[in-house]
This record gives sequence, C-alpha cells and structure tokens, in this order.
Amino acid sequence: MFDVTFFYSLFLAVFVGAAAGYLGSLMVLEKMALVGDALSHVALPGLALGMTFHFNPYIGAFGFLFVSAIIIWHIQRSTKISFEALVGTMFTLALALGILLYGNELEALEEALFGDISQVTLLNTGIAAVVCVIAIVLTKLVYNKLVLVMISEDLAVAKGINVAKTNLLYLFLVSLVVAIGIQIVGTLLVGFLVIVPAIAAKNLNVRMKRYALLSAIFGIISATVGIILWNFVRLNVPFPGPMVVFVGITIFIISLIINWRLKLTT
Amino acid sequence: MFYFGCKLMADDNNGYVLRVLDLCVKLQKQVLLDHISFSVKRGTTLAILGPNGAGKSVLFRTLLGLVPHSGLVKWEGNIKIGYVPQYVTVLDMPLTVREFLSMAVDGDNDSVLNVLSMVRLDKAGVLDKRLGVLSGGQLRRVLIAWALSGKPDVLLLDEPTTGVDMDSEEPIYLLLNDIKKSQKITILLITHNIHIVQEYSDDLLALDRVVTFYGPSADIVKPEVQRQIHGEPVCVETVKGVI
Repeated sequence: MFDVTFFYSLFLAVFVGAAAGYLGSLMVLEKMALVGDALSHVALPGLALGMTFHFNPYIGAFGFLFVSAIIIWHIQRSTKISFEALVGTMFTLALALGILLYGNELEALEEALFGDISQVTLLNTGIAAVVCVIAIVLTKLVYNKLVLVMISEDLAVAKGINVAKTNLLYLFLVSLVVAIGIQIVGTLLVGFLVIVPAIAAKNLNVRMKRYALLSAIFGIISATVGIILWNFVRLNVPFPGPMVVFVGITIFIISLIINWRLKLTT
Repeated sequence: MFYFGCKLMADDNNGYVLRVLDLCVKLQKQVLLDHISFSVKRGTTLAILGPNGAGKSVLFRTLLGLVPHSGLVKWEGNIKIGYVPQYVTVLDMPLTVREFLSMAVDGDNDSVLNVLSMVRLDKAGVLDKRLGVLSGGQLRRVLIAWALSGKPDVLLLDEPTTGVDMDSEEPIYLLLNDIKKSQKITILLITHNIHIVQEYSDDLLALDRVVTFYGPSADIVKPEVQRQIHGEPVCVETVKGVI
C-alpha cells in the first residue's frame, strides 16, 4: 500500500497544490477561472509530442501551454476578441490536435488526460518542487503589481509598472505550474487545482494576504488528501485525479456554507 | 513625429506647470485629439469639459506619457503627478483599504493613516474594510488618497465623482479645493458638470477632439462661450497666442 512512488507523489502534491493554489488566487480575481481551466487542456499536444519524439512530455506540455498563452494574449490585445472565446478556440484545437497525435495510443492518452503518478521519480519530484518554489516566490514579487493591474491598468502604468512584462511573467509561471500539475491530475482536471482552492478561499472573505495563503493551503490539502484517499479507497480507478477533485470540492462546499451561515459577503 | 513613453519635455516653464502645444493623437488612422494647445499655471485648477468620446481621458493618458502622440507636452522639471482614474475594478477584490494604500506607500502604516486623514476618512470605519464594500464617495476618497500618497505637485482627476451620489459630490470637490490650497497642488480635472467648472476651477478647456473653448472658467456662463463649446472649434492659432 505504501511504496516509495506514493511518497514522492505526496511530496509533489504539496508543492504543486501550493503553487497552483497561490497562482490560481490571481486567476480567480482576474475573473479568468474558466480560462485557467481551459488553458490547461492545451497541454495535450505537447505531451503527445514528448511521447512521440522521446523527450520529457511535461516540457512539451509547458511549451504548448506557454506558446498558446502568448498567442491568445497577443490576439486578444490586438483584436479585442474576448479572452474566453480565444481560449475556447485554442482549447478545442489543442484537444483535437492532441487526440490526432496520440492516434491509437489510448493508454498514453488516458494517462495524459487523467494523470499518472506511477511514473513519478525522485528526480522529477525534486525538479518540480524547485520549480514550484521559484514560481511561488516570483509570483509573490509581482502579486501586488498584478492586483493593481486588475484594479486599473492606467493606475498601474502611472505607478511605473510594466503591465505587459508582468502579465507575461505570470502566464509563464502559470504554464510551468500547470505542466507540473498534469502529473498528478492530468490535463482534464489540472484546471481544478488552479480554480477551486482559490474560490473556496475567496468565500471566506478574508484579507488579500490571507486569501492567497488560504488558497495555497487548500491546494495542498486537496492534492495530498486526495492522493492519500485514493491510495486507500482505490475504487478500481488507476489515477488519483477524481479523488483530488472531490476533496477540493468538499472544501469549497464547506467554505460556501461558512460564507452563507456567517453572511460574509453581505 | 510620434513617440511613445514618458518623453515629456521638462524645463523652466515660467510659472506654468504644464504647457501643451499642437498635441495630436491618432489611433488606427482615427484622430482622437487634433492640435490641442493649452497651459496650466502652478496652483490653479483646469477643468476639462466635453461630451463622451471627446478625447478627455485620452488627453490624460497622453499627459501621463502612456499614448503615442505628436506635438509638445512640456511639464515643469521634476514634477510629481498623482492620478485618479475614472473607473476601477474593485467590487470582487478581497483587498482592504489598508492593503490597497500600503501598495502605494511600500507598506508604511503611518503614511497610510496620514493620507486617509488628508481625505477626511474615518480610519476606524474604513481601514480594514474591503474596497468593494465602500460607498461610492468613500471609494473616490480612497483613490484620491492613493494619488496623494506620492506627495504630488499635480493631480489628474478623471471624473472624480463617478459612482458618487449627488449629495456626496460637493463635499469631494470641497475636499479637493482644500487639498489644493493646503498642499499647493495644481489640479487638472475632467468633469461633465458645469456647476463644478464654475465653482471649483480657474480655467476651462472644452474639448471635442479639438479645443472648442479655452479660457477662464467664469466665462462659461457667456452665451458666446456656450455657442463655442457646442458649436465651431476655436482657431488653434488663438490658443497658441495664449501660450
């Protein structure tokens, strides 16, 4: 029941949960929750290319995520087509491309869609942990700037903030964390780790610093408790993603009840 | 020649905090501002009046160096500018007044309390409230506090009473007038309200992509000025003569 891979995946879950929750807290404020979810699916062709050409599929996933994010961001700025519409288009295109690239490798496709922690090693856990810590630290450095951009882009620019560079850095970091999170919950469910911990934290109506911290903590709890439960209650499901989602949704429902009972948003 | 960024000319302006000459702004072949010329004396208030789409907010963004333009924008040397935008997105933000103002003053709590008292907000009442639950008037005062936190020489206020009920408008302008006097600040103010122009500004720049009137605010009551504002633009050469 407890093998070394399980402990590696648990360790990975702590860092991925924290980073996804922390970065996701900004995505939810930007009202881009759905964008964060859809964007994560764009990783699929990158994973397929990695598998086909024998390089680390998560590097492929990150490449596809980041390039897609930049393309969407550029088109949105130059055409004013809504972000959601562009992400929707890119998401379906990437999904179609990914399925074509996977061909009849259905098992590999399943792993990409739902995650596969049986492949987690000490090396990739270590690398993922370092990347997540860097992502959190860099996001913390630009957190206030990003919040100010959301409040008023003009106010941010007048304050000397380079909006384009700050947004680009954030997209880069989100792409990194999502690519790493795919190992645990797969491309279909990784958006959950970015969105649900943040909205649960937001329900508790706390101050900004606590909101970001709570979002990260809820991310950690969802990912780790989800993997532990999955390990005990297998239910013939070969991947922990759905259990991670159920734990997160439970936290969300509790936060919703607390919000409702204490009338926090009225 | 068009240029980007903060290439705002600055030297001795002979008592003028800002001089603008033949300012033109084009965006995708559309002329947003056409040969705008005016100047602002230190310690005065310039009201900027005009219909929607007249280029008022574009003018502010240009003065802040955020918009490519041709013509001259000449600020007095080493000037510090505070800016209050018309719209902000705060409704859904879990950000308190304290946290917001802390961003402006690098976390210095004394400075936060100081700017709040400058805008006459009850610290106990608002400090730990979320921006989204403030009344329209409280939010505008917090935004003015943000602009004041940098100890500005000039305040650019883009419709500073947007979202404020009518009863709360006048106190905000009274506050701005007091701040102007006590802090010796120059104010550039976008407004739709002719009463505010009359009561709280020294000069008026009426815009409709071109300057339709530029002169003392008191003249706004004159029928010929009313005709100018709602009719033909004034000759650019006349405005250059003023500068």
